[in-house]
Amino acid sequence: MKTSIWYRLDILTRLLTPFLLTLALVVLNLVPLEIPSFSRVVPLLPLIAIYHWAVYRSELLPAYAVFMIGLLQDIFSGAPIGVYTLVFLLVYGMVIWQHRFLFGKSFAIIWLGFAIVAGGAFALVWALISLWSFSLLEIRAAFFQYLLTVATFPSLAWVFMRWQQFIIRQL
Amino acid sequence: MKDNSHTISRIAAPIRGMAQRFSFMALILLAVALMMLGKVDIGLMESVRANVTDAATPILDVISKPIVSVNKMISEAKGFYSVREENLILKQEKDRLLQWQAAARKLEIENKNLRGLLNFPVEPAAGFITARAIADTGGAFANSVVINAGNKSGIRKGQATITGEGLVGRVTDVGARSSRVLLITDLNSRIPVVLQSSQARAILAGDNTHRPKLIHLSPGASISQGDRIVTSGHGGAFPPGLPVGLVASVNEKGINIEPFVQRSRVTYLRILDYGLTGIVETPPIRELPASTGNKKTRN
Repeated sequence: MKTSIWYRLDILTRLLTPFLLTLALVVLNLVPLEIPSFSRVVPLLPLIAIYHWAVYRSELLPAYAVFMIGLLQDIFSGAPIGVYTLVFLLVYGMVIWQHRFLFGKSFAIIWLGFAIVAGGAFALVWALISLWSFSLLEIRAAFFQYLLTVATFPSLAWVFMRWQQFIIRQL
Repeated sequence: MKDNSHTISRIAAPIRGMAQRFSFMALILLAVALMMLGKVDIGLMESVRANVTDAATPILDVISKPIVSVNKMISEAKGFYSVREENLILKQEKDRLLQWQAAARKLEIENKNLRGLLNFPVEPAAGFITARAIADTGGAFANSVVINAGNKSGIRKGQATITGEGLVGRVTDVGARSSRVLLITDLNSRIPVVLQSSQARAILAGDNTHRPKLIHLSPGASISQGDRIVTSGHGGAFPPGLPVGLVASVNEKGINIEPFVQRSRVTYLRILDYGLTGIVETPPIRELPASTGNKKTRN
């Protein structure tokens, strides 16, 4: 059976979508919304994407892709360069390490896993930036950002699930 | 044949696993190295940030546009319901402002005459560039916005950024088409200010909360809630007298300032070119109309 170049291109594009979607979320996170105080607690969308793809299709979002996403998050968000890069990589590594525990479990378990991992991620970002700037950062806004991120997880995960079923399928 | 490939995969799998683990560790180390490098060589990271942001500017520009129109629609719809009340308030305010205008005109003439008597050098008039905020930082850990104007439009590092209400922040990284404005609430922001009533000097230091702190207040200065804080113009490209905020609270933990500008209302910004950045580089020669300054608007 000979596969045409268009067919292969189509598959390649589909396989690239997890990375591109995560990248889009980095950019979407930056859109200035004129809701008072919202920009300080806006959910960290790329974290949800990285967790999701690491659980379900980690081969479609390899470590170097996570590195690039983190680096862009650092650059655009004005955080010290390397902070989100490191944290996203650690989240990714953590999920891969615990893959056997998470894969195929009910949604509640996956969500709980995200709440734990994201809690660690936010604490680490807080600690790293505090260390970087030699001062203790305020923790309240970060905590609310964490809560909102965990609350956003189900809706975004639902979109990713549908995406997996209809766009990526079993490629 | 089948056995053979089985053997190969049996040997290959652990090697591949090891290679993956190794590259993962390498990426982690690289991230840590980047953080350290950023601490040592701030200039390099700033230019990387400016260039990458520049490349993404067209995308950010397009994405942020619908938000602006939606916000406009919402505020117009809101305005529709309160037209009558607002009209009444505006009329009263107009009367009050006319009195102020008369007072200001009188003072301006008096000021000019007194300056003439004293042979006081005229301060440079500030030109300005108007730009739109195209990206927010999105998070609790940094307070800055990206604007759609860079050094092609005449933006220079260190320039003051304002809205109609008051000081927003200062320009930090400048690219060709975009720049980053560090808000006065950011942890790294330090702005020399004075208390408008007593002219006591202080430094406004951001701490990532929405109420920055006042530090290094000159000893013996009295301060109370509601005092107005303006920029002092000391040591930089900031014009003196830009409104910053009001003293919100004074207690043993420190003095907190409520800025006039709310972060959520920062859409269009004016970047002041006060001509003082010319210490480092020669400013472009151009004519500045005395009162209005040179105006350039980007959308």
